[in-house]
Parts: sequence; C-alpha cells; structure tokens
Amino acid sequence: MPRKDILRLSVPYLQVLDEKGKADKELEPDLPPEELVRLYRAMVLSREGDQRMLNLQRQGRIGTFPPGVGQEAAFCAPTLALKKKDWFVGAFREPGARMMRGENLARALLLYNGFEEGNVAPEGCERTLPVSIIVGAQTLHAVGIAYAMKYKGEKDTAVLVFFGDGATSEGDFYEALNFASLWEAPVVFLCQNNQYAISVPRSRQTRSRTLAQKALAQDVPCIQVDGNDALGMYSAAAEALEMARSGGGPTLIEAVTYRLLMHTTADDPGKYRSKEEEEEWRKKDPIPRFRIYLEGKGLWNSRKEEALRAEVKETLDAEVRAFESMKDFQPDAPFDYVFGTPHPWIEAQRAEFLAELEKERSENA
Amino acid sequence: MPKLNMVQAINLGLSQEMERDETVLVLGEDVGVDGGVFRVTDGLLEKFGPSRVMDTPIAESAVMGTAVGMALAGLKPVGEMQFSGFSYLMIPQLEGHAARFRSRTHGRLTVPLVIRMPYGGGVRALEHHSESREATYAHFPGVKVVIPSGPRNARALITAAIRDPDPVVFMEPKRSYRAFREEVPAEPEVMEIGKARVVREGKDLTLVAWGAMMRPALHAAEEVEKKRGASVEVIDLLTISPMDSGTIAASVKKTGRCVVVQEAPRNLGISSEITARLNDEVLLYLEAPVKRVTGYDVVTPYFGRETMYLPTEGRIRRGIEETLDF
Repeated sequence: MPRKDILRLSVPYLQVLDEKGKADKELEPDLPPEELVRLYRAMVLSREGDQRMLNLQRQGRIGTFPPGVGQEAAFCAPTLALKKKDWFVGAFREPGARMMRGENLARALLLYNGFEEGNVAPEGCERTLPVSIIVGAQTLHAVGIAYAMKYKGEKDTAVLVFFGDGATSEGDFYEALNFASLWEAPVVFLCQNNQYAISVPRSRQTRSRTLAQKALAQDVPCIQVDGNDALGMYSAAAEALEMARSGGGPTLIEAVTYRLLMHTTADDPGKYRSKEEEEEWRKKDPIPRFRIYLEGKGLWNSRKEEALRAEVKETLDAEVRAFESMKDFQPDAPFDYVFGTPHPWIEAQRAEFLAELEKERSENA
Repeated sequence: MPKLNMVQAINLGLSQEMERDETVLVLGEDVGVDGGVFRVTDGLLEKFGPSRVMDTPIAESAVMGTAVGMALAGLKPVGEMQFSGFSYLMIPQLEGHAARFRSRTHGRLTVPLVIRMPYGGGVRALEHHSESREATYAHFPGVKVVIPSGPRNARALITAAIRDPDPVVFMEPKRSYRAFREEVPAEPEVMEIGKARVVREGKDLTLVAWGAMMRPALHAAEEVEKKRGASVEVIDLLTISPMDSGTIAASVKKTGRCVVVQEAPRNLGISSEITARLNDEVLLYLEAPVKRVTGYDVVTPYFGRETMYLPTEGRIRRGIEETLDF
C-alpha cells in the first residue's frame, strides 16, 4: 500500500481591523455602540493606569510590575466577551482586563507594593483569579475549574485563561491542552504572543511556525489572530467562549502582539532588541487603530476623547489616593493564612514574631 | 467490626466520603478501571462513575494542577500519585499554588484537596518506588503532611484529610498496605490532623516513629521491656506537618530520654527537627542525647540491598539500649 496522508491540519488567521483602522465589513462583529465604547475606555484606562504605575514605580512608591502597554487589545477585547459567571484566569499582563472584571488600580498598586491585600478583590470578583507568576501553571487551574463547572452542571459557563509565548514551552501548557481536550473542558486558552519571554525572542522559543498549531496535536481547535486588532480579538474569543459554553470544548487563540515596554520595570529591553523594531510595532498600536474605527462609525470624536481622558485621569487619581490611604497592615497576617485550622506551632511562632518585632522597634526607636 | 487491611481501610474512607459529599472526586493514573495499582480505589468507579473516579493521563503536574482548579471552584479532589517517587513533578503546583492560595488571597480563595501517594521501602520494588521523602513535603508552609501507620488510623485520617480546609499530602506506607489487619468501625471515624498519639505508655524512654516504622518500633519497645524491664513510651507521629511536638515534649519531660525512628535519610529529616525542638523545649529534662535511628544519606539503594539500609527492629532496639545506658 502506498504511503498516504492520514491527517492534514491547518491554522486559520483572523484580522478584522487592519493596521489603518479599516474594518472588514464581512467579519465585523455585531457589537452595540456602548460595548465598543466600553472596550475603548478599558484599553485607554489600561494604558493610562500603566503610565501612572510607571511614574509611581520611578518615584519608589511601588515595586516592580509588568506593564501591558501595547497589548491592550489582546487582553481587553477577549474579556469583553466574558460573562460575569465566566471565569477569568490571568497570568500577569492583563491590567485593563482585570479592571473590566471589577478589580481596581488601588488593589493592583497594593499588590505591586508588596501586600497580599492587593489580591483581596472587591465584591463580584469571585471568579477572577489573582495574578499567577509561575509561567504557564495557571493553564491547569483553568482546566480544573472548567471541569468543575461541567461536573456541577453549570452549563453556559466558560473559563478564559491567559498566558504568554514563553508559557508554550512549559510542560503544564501541553498537559493542560491534553486534559482539556480529553475532558472537553469549557476553556479558552489565550496566548498573548508578545514576541519576547523577557529577552528570549519568539524565534528562539520554538521552531513551530505558529504557536496556535501547538493545540492541533491534542485535536484542540486553534486560531491565530492579529492581537493588536480589538475586533479580531473580540470575535475570536467570543466564538471560542460560545463554543465552550455550548459543550464544544476548548480552543487555543494565539494573539500576535508586541510588548512595547519592558518585561517588568526591572528589565531593560535595550539589551535585546532594537529601537527600530519597537518603532515598527508602535505603528501597529491597538489603541489609535481602534479609535479610528470608532470615529469612522461616528461613535467617537476629539471632544469625547478629551472627556474620556479627563474621566480616566480622575478615576486614576482617586485610585492612587485610595491606595495611599491604605496603610494599616496587620504585621502578623501571614500567620492567619498558613492553614484554615489553628495549630499551636504556628501560634507559638506568631507570638515570637510579635515579641521580636516589638524588640526591634524599641531598639531602633 | 470488620477486620480490614490498610488498602481496604483507605478504600472504605474514600467511599464513605464520596457517598457523604458529592463534591469529592478521585483522579489519577489507573485509579478507575484498574482501581489503582495497589487497589486502594478498587470498586469506586463502579459505585460513583467516571465523572467522579477519573483515570487521567500520566501527567503528575496536571493531576495536581487541575485538582487545584477544581478545589478553587468548590470541588474536593483526591488526587493519586502512583508512587511518591514520581510525585516530584507535581511539586511546582503544590508549592507554587496549592500551598499559597489561602495566604496569597488572605483567605478569599482556598484549596482543600488531598494528594495520596504510596511511599517507603520494603516491598522489593524497582528504582523510584522505595523512597521516604516526607521531609521534602513537610518543608512547604501551607501544606499538611499526614502518614498513617495502620488500617484504623489510615481510614480516620483519610476522612479527616478530605474534610480538611487545606491541601493535604497523604503518604501511605506501602509496606503496611497488606501487612496486617485491624478492626475498623463501620461508621465514619475522624482523627484530628496535627495531633500525635501515645500508643504505648512508658516511663523510661520515649520512642517516636511513624508509618511503616511503627511496627518494628513497637516490637523493639516490647523486647527491651522483656529483656531488661525498661518501659518505653511509644508515640505515633501521624501528622508530619504541622507537627505535634507538644505531645513528644510532654512525654520526654516524663521519661528524660528519646529515640526517633525514621526510614528517610538522616540529613535535615523529621527526626532532626524533633531533636531540635526537644533541645528548645525540654533540654534540662534530657538524661541522654536524642538518638536518631534513620536511613542513611545515600541514594536509595536498589532492593537487593534495601533490608540492610532500612531501620530494623534490631537497630531500633540497640538505639533504645544505647540511650538508656548513656
């Protein structure tokens, strides 16, 4: 018998809004004007929030953090497609998306100022997981949550999990795809391929021509999307989430985007990439592109832009004030949360800690 | 009361908790159709179906990582690592996430789950099937580590572990799986996690052990009593972390002498921690140095040599006598 192909696989690509802000009429999602404006605001708030945090970081008022500048479409647009009862499982570079889920900048500032209190999300964020720093690990949590939704009969509920291009080299990512596929878990894997895992470029991460194709080995459907195209990102995520909610199982979306700033504020991109490259990607900035689209639809103009910028500034001012007013941190809180049951060994160490702290303070007074 | 071995006793505990609470489910390699390679989950698939007794691919990190997700979403997963020697692949998920969610979110999100694993030597098994690494897991704050020593406490502790609000590493001494039977009450029984138990009273020396070391320890205690009339108090540690050093210290205050037995290597072992705590708490009551009868700090030898390397009743007895004679 001659050799023959037993399997041919392909990876679709989606771009709705081109780099000039022109939408493909056939692919344009049917989003009401207020949702489009909500998405634009989220992206602007994310960008301005990052800028505010950069300023605070440079003043030494918060520690290291990972800005999301340049990737706002990739994380905000899919989040627009989430329902409240869906789960949001983030990595660490989705700031505006977190705010869309009801978290706020004050908490983020607290987190990046070194306090777990920043992860105590406001009411209504029960299904938004905190920042996950170990690369790729959260993909498995998402699959477990998705299985739990299925097991509990919570139909019409999906899980959206974010991770980066670097995570596609982690074992957990492959294991998560495999388990999700086997369990037909209602989960959408969203890879923000921002071209760099700190300094390691996409070209040194893998020889695979796309990251999306990594799902195909598990028979998980995939799509590569222009990650700086808010409409493309929304459409791909909305479709994948709807498929997950209706029992169709997982999808992998690769968002091709670019981290315009540093990995974290402790990083210097000048060490591993050129200004020219950064400039090329600046031309593809998702925010102006989306604004042109909104203007074209008659939904936006410079007056509205000015009003939005003023409102965002005011919101962020209030958040920074709220953050700066949060000062009373219980020193021994970590002892409260080792276990859910009290234990004499832990309590004895708490007493020792408090006594030592008191001695330190009086000696240094 | 029926007489059960440890495999049957853990099986009973799992089955009763699954009947009692439908959020409890079991997952791991070969736990379903095969009932686990040691048969601890035998019959559960037939009783509870494949959505609650899940045969998973061989991917330890994923068993743990998906269990974390399930627990975050309100289920109580009981994962199985087929052997503790393969469990290290799940450590990033255990240390990085299961142990941390409570603290990370100040109690907003918690991860009540159990990871079971057979551990320890003495069954003439292949490489990676004979280690005792309880100290590794005990070093992670936020993780509870429990080791039963017999059928009855195994059932009561697996029940407690499932009902516990925290991640519990439940290490099963595989040498004791079918070594003996005990009467196990039909009604669910729960033992408090974090408590050691005095299983034999005595006044001349305190002997601490856990897991498969309990049987040779008890035999050695009896032998010493017969041989020279010394009475040895024996403590079964049961919870490795958070450890109940209070019970040990109270006993040593009375006896003035202590021997700790562990199968694991000596360096940085649980016995070292017990010794340090006794120095902190009851130094002035000690009549002799705390003696550690342990495995050696070598890579676990293949089973051809294992009986020479595991602590034996003889080594324990000599350790007791040396401490009594100090």
